[in-house]
Amino acid sequence: MDIFNIALKATFIDNMIFAYFLGMCSFLAVSKKVSTAFGLGMAVIFVLTITVPVNWLLQEYVLKEGALAWLGADFATIDLTFLQFIMFIAVIASMVQLVEMIIEKFSPALYGSLGIFLPLIAVNCAILGASLFMVQRDYTIAQATAYGFGSGFGWFLAIIALAAIREKLKYSSVPDGLKGLGITMLITGLMGLAFKSFIGIAL
Amino acid sequence: MKALQKLFDNLKPNFEKGGKWEKFYTLYEGHRTIVFAPDLITGNKGAQIKDAVDLKRIMITVVIAMIPALLFGVWNVGHQHFISIGEEATLLDKLWIGAYAVVPILIVSYAVGLLTEFIFCVIRNHPISEGYLVTGMLIALIVPPTIPLWQVALATIFAVVIGKEAFGGTGMNILNVALTARAFLYFAYPSDISGEVWTYFGDKMPVDGYSGATVLAYGATAASNGTNMMADLAGHWSAEMFSFWNMFIGIIPGSIGETSTLMCLIGAAILIGTGVGSWKIIFSVFGGAYAMGLLFNAVGGNSYMDFPAHYHLVAGGLAFGAVYMATDPVSAAQTEVGKWIYGFLIGVLTVLIRVVNPAYPEGIMLAVLFMNVFAPLIDYYVVDANKKRRLKRATV
Repeated sequence: MDIFNIALKATFIDNMIFAYFLGMCSFLAVSKKVSTAFGLGMAVIFVLTITVPVNWLLQEYVLKEGALAWLGADFATIDLTFLQFIMFIAVIASMVQLVEMIIEKFSPALYGSLGIFLPLIAVNCAILGASLFMVQRDYTIAQATAYGFGSGFGWFLAIIALAAIREKLKYSSVPDGLKGLGITMLITGLMGLAFKSFIGIAL
Repeated sequence: MKALQKLFDNLKPNFEKGGKWEKFYTLYEGHRTIVFAPDLITGNKGAQIKDAVDLKRIMITVVIAMIPALLFGVWNVGHQHFISIGEEATLLDKLWIGAYAVVPILIVSYAVGLLTEFIFCVIRNHPISEGYLVTGMLIALIVPPTIPLWQVALATIFAVVIGKEAFGGTGMNILNVALTARAFLYFAYPSDISGEVWTYFGDKMPVDGYSGATVLAYGATAASNGTNMMADLAGHWSAEMFSFWNMFIGIIPGSIGETSTLMCLIGAAILIGTGVGSWKIIFSVFGGAYAMGLLFNAVGGNSYMDFPAHYHLVAGGLAFGAVYMATDPVSAAQTEVGKWIYGFLIGVLTVLIRVVNPAYPEGIMLAVLFMNVFAPLIDYYVVDANKKRRLKRATV
């Protein structure tokens, strides 16, 4: 139940986009078509679900103060926390590489339409953010996995909803100055208003 | 009528291309079509439009459907006023006090909103439309009678500019415009739109033991204090205030137009009868709320979860939202299957937010906004599924 709650909370209440504004760049840039947004959203879910638990292991058995105690008493005092960022990023980058290879093999069309944004998942702040939040909140490994999946799913929901809205927007007559990113920012704000319905629910 | 026709005909050259007020053509056209049918005729080729029912007539139908709720709201504001100060009053007195509180809100909402629209119409040169006649009345009906007028004006400007005109005007918005205004007020000035704001006092003082809390506020308090909600309701300072029948008729405190389920149902009959509102959406919102209410009853836990499911249907603004907000053809789902899903989820979310989220006593506003955001996505997948089904049939 606890794990289910954490996933639900990460999806709706602490939504990466609307509560923390993380991962905005690809959210705004790759949301022109639902099919592309769906692909990127799936990739983000996959990467988050893998990287958060992997980073948890890394944090727990290598980086944290005293984490290396399993190597012997001499290592019990070593604190490698200063390596946290670089290690997390390395894990994320290698996972993204994996996703990229999988997508290129199985769906060249999606690979083509995602373009530069696929490798850029590596520097998507939502992904590093999830790993850092996981450390901050002292999750167990099961909780961390649920959290990773929930965050990814929330991001996925946000981006496909935005993409559907932007497809519908083709029939609107947006003022010239607001076309493109301007109106997308406004929509994101209005969507944030709607997502506030869940903020405050205690799980 | 003849004289009016002549007046418009005389004025017309001034507004046409090359005339001295050509920039204001949209204003001229907007006012002319209030009484006359537009003089546009479809060409010999292409689709032929035979019916005079255009955007203007549809919007007026919605306005007419809202009149019962408005009139009842005016009476109820007066009625609640006299109950809370413990005086007897005649029908006329109640209507007078009600009108004194409500009419200024209505005037501000219409004046500010229409002015904003006119400015945009003239600058962007798009035809003026009657969408705002509906929005303006909706805004007045979903605020508490004690709302400061400058807040109404500010929220109206925000909703019209950011919620509608930035997308190109009527028919192109993503979120319901009136609800955007209310959400703006709710998050910008929470103290003026929640708590003890539902009864208009004027310069009088309320009776001893008075509390202006709504049914839903009672529920939220009962849930957090662990008391019995139904007992709390029965022990209300004004006896029998929150009986099921009273809540159905709408003789309870609340936003101006939202209290009466009965009046909303009359409005629903008008909307469905004229084919303007979708019965699928209205029906499925009630269905979703009832189903979720039953589910909470089955789970139990605190006394708010045990709140009988049919009470959820008459409490708060559910009926108003279902009839006037969720059916907004612009921001709702457009596909027929999509309408069922859209409406059902609004109902479910409303009760979910009411019961589970302590931050908001009422959920219908945020539930409709949330589903407005997801309506295009629902449509996308309904259309997509339909395409796939037909493709499959084609290959056989």
